[in-house]
Amino acid sequence: MDLFTLVSLILIIAMLIAAVVAAEIKDLLSAAIAMGIVSLIVSILFYILQAPDVAITEASIGAGLSLAIMIFAIKHTERWEK
Amino acid sequence: MIPYYYLASVALIVIGLYIVIAKKNLIKIIIGLDMMDTGVNLLLISIGYVKGGTAPIENGNYTLYVDPIPQALVLTAIVIGVSVMALALSIVIGLYKNTGSLELDEIRRERK
Amino acid sequence: MKRILGGVIAVLIFIVLALAFMHIPFGNIDLAEYHYYNPVDNEHTQDSVPQHYLDEGKKETGSTNIVTAVVVDYRGFDTLGEVTVLFLASTGVGSVMYIFEKEKRRKVRRANAVVETASKLLFGFIILFGAYIFVHGHLTPGGGFPGGAVIASSFLLLYLAYPRFHAEHKSLNVAESLAGLTFVGVGILGLFLAGYFLYNFLPFGLPTYLFSAGVIPVIYVAVGVKVGSELTGIVDAMMGVRE
Repeated sequence: MDLFTLVSLILIIAMLIAAVVAAEIKDLLSAAIAMGIVSLIVSILFYILQAPDVAITEASIGAGLSLAIMIFAIKHTERWEK
Repeated sequence: MIPYYYLASVALIVIGLYIVIAKKNLIKIIIGLDMMDTGVNLLLISIGYVKGGTAPIENGNYTLYVDPIPQALVLTAIVIGVSVMALALSIVIGLYKNTGSLELDEIRRERK
Repeated sequence: MKRILGGVIAVLIFIVLALAFMHIPFGNIDLAEYHYYNPVDNEHTQDSVPQHYLDEGKKETGSTNIVTAVVVDYRGFDTLGEVTVLFLASTGVGSVMYIFEKEKRRKVRRANAVVETASKLLFGFIILFGAYIFVHGHLTPGGGFPGGAVIASSFLLLYLAYPRFHAEHKSLNVAESLAGLTFVGVGILGLFLAGYFLYNFLPFGLPTYLFSAGVIPVIYVAVGVKVGSELTGIVDAMMGVRE
């Protein structure tokens, strides 16, 4: 088990736990932040797969602007899911 | 050795599909759509990986490069994903101001 | 009821897709073996498209970043389509959020003194960093799209620190329209000079210098300015009305 496989497996397990948290939690703000964590870990995985252009794009757009737009939408509506 | 990158991205797509089918809150459904987009992008880039290759920027010291074509496709797909999400969220805000609720069954009951 | 149905469908689709993707090799591929099938002459050729882009990319386009060469030069028309989709989304968000113009303005609190001072200091540096990313698109990783997103992030910082701040709509519109006209204008100029859209007509220069790769830096500067102003317009529309 070389270093590439070990680091990738740890990050993939963290990403899947964050995805399940985003699916099941009732607080919409926490679900949006869990989606931001998934975007961040996917950006690190893009860098490990030797794709630096895509890593910069995913980090700035997915974990930066997409999260901000979701939080603005939650602020205009309700925070808790019934 | 089983390819764990493909299984991880298929798992991300399937979790997003479960959120879109089974949940009733509109903002949760849009979070599920974004998760499916991210899963597909991860799948596309992990197909083009070459073991021992380096990033596709022309360099004198290396001879083995990673496939550059999926990276060009995914660069476009990420920006389109965020623009679709922004438009969907603005429509959800307009729906909330008109009907006063975000759950799908309450909106359907009010329309009758 | 819906949860059980959703769960069963999800597990079934996962099994089908996992069985389909197990047979694709991960990592042990040879890019020179991707021969393609030419349907016009009904023969299998001996070249492979990724290997051709990697070998001849620097000579045919002049840029050292091969992903930039594919996005702007070999597949430049798809980039034009993507810029159009972003423009449609920005117009749609602006027109839907326009209906809240007559609402009662809500009061917001002022931000902390630390946030106000630091954002005034950092605003210029973040814009400089974003401009650096899209100007050097043909030499280092990055390009027009992350450069525009970083510029929009600097405006987002200013929106969060000063609640009464509004970006000038007229300047954003003028910048976006000029950038879009530059992109299409360069393409049509190539059509007049050589016969096909987006022909690379400027001189190539030496490979790792800033003024090289022909028309690629011009297109990426136009794309970066356009994406930055459109994402700023989206953030401005979604903040809503506040006093």
